[in-house]
Amino acid sequence: MSAIGPQTRPAPPAKESLLRRFRRFRRGPWETLATLIIFVGVVMLMQPFAIVLYTYSFVTILTGTVLFVIVSHFPD
Amino acid sequence: MAETTSALDRIAARAARATPVPVARRLRGLSDRGIAWLFITPTILLLLAINIFPLIWTIWLSFTNYRANRPTLETEFIGLQNYQRVLSNPDVWHTLQVTARFLCWTMAIQTVLGFALAWLINRQFRGHGFWTTVILLPMMLSPAVVGNFWTFLYQPQIGLFNYVVSFFTGIPPSSFQMIGDVNLAPWAIVIVDTWMWTPYIMLICLAGLRSIPDYLYEAAEVDRASPWRQFWSITVPMVLPFLMLAVLFRAIENFKMFDLVVELTSGGPGSVTELASINLKREAFEKWRTGYSSAFAIILFVTVFGAANIYVKALNAVKNR
Repeated sequence: MSAIGPQTRPAPPAKESLLRRFRRFRRGPWETLATLIIFVGVVMLMQPFAIVLYTYSFVTILTGTVLFVIVSHFPD
Repeated sequence: MAETTSALDRIAARAARATPVPVARRLRGLSDRGIAWLFITPTILLLLAINIFPLIWTIWLSFTNYRANRPTLETEFIGLQNYQRVLSNPDVWHTLQVTARFLCWTMAIQTVLGFALAWLINRQFRGHGFWTTVILLPMMLSPAVVGNFWTFLYQPQIGLFNYVVSFFTGIPPSSFQMIGDVNLAPWAIVIVDTWMWTPYIMLICLAGLRSIPDYLYEAAEVDRASPWRQFWSITVPMVLPFLMLAVLFRAIENFKMFDLVVELTSGGPGSVTELASINLKREAFEKWRTGYSSAFAIILFVTVFGAANIYVKALNAVKNR
């Protein structure tokens, strides 16, 4: 047994679940969600497969953009 | 020194005498914040007049059946009908697909070429400054000028482009038309946009490459990492945020592309190169469907605004690195 004794590492910070981070209204995950919605909307707008996706693309982009504007005011 | 001060005092006294008494009294009573507002108010008013007012006016027009060529007709509020028409029109959908194809090809080619050029220019060789300037020249030209001289280069009889292709492939130069052919016209605009804007991607990538500290490569050398491994584990991850930023910025710009394509093909032959912005211009200023085209413009505006949000997020990610 050494004189110094066994060294203990500080415990790593507990990882917060994604759902919990969403519930706490933190900017990061909400911004990612808004970005994802905008991206999906842009893809829907320009895809060549189904006109129904094109029809609903604007609503999707608008939802994502409005969400982004709101969540960008959340704390980090 | 004393003479200069007294001269300044004299000028200040003269200015004070020239200022009307009520104005001087009013200014003296203002706080620093008030004076700051006084200075920025004209700018704010100008911005409101040339940016915000047209935007609000366009939003209003998008809900009406207004036609700019018949201003005397009564304007009716028709709700979301214009938006419904735009979003169920197969022709508009087609122009957005043309825009998407143009975006995908230009972005893919420019990213690969831009990164490759930056990687080559980053190697310090003799005259690399001169070659950097030469590569950057197309980016500095006006799109109208570029469109005009590429129209000459693409001429099947006298254009240099056809002769160069003929030299390498053996195809007779007058046997194909880059601008007039349905299959080749989209490639004609992709080539010109790539020629013009690859330097921009190169410039941003070069900034990313120059920001990589040398000690990372030195540590990799000590660990006996191969050049290939160094490229994939150090160069690519360090440059990727810069590259993403450049691609996102160019994608937003190309989504709005108008001038270059109008100069080259005007959307033809047929409608194979008719991008969304060209279709919008036709609806607004050839068919004079102002309300309808306002709705289309708002759809494009919201799309660009949404994409710009992603751009800002990427920019912040790069800043926080």
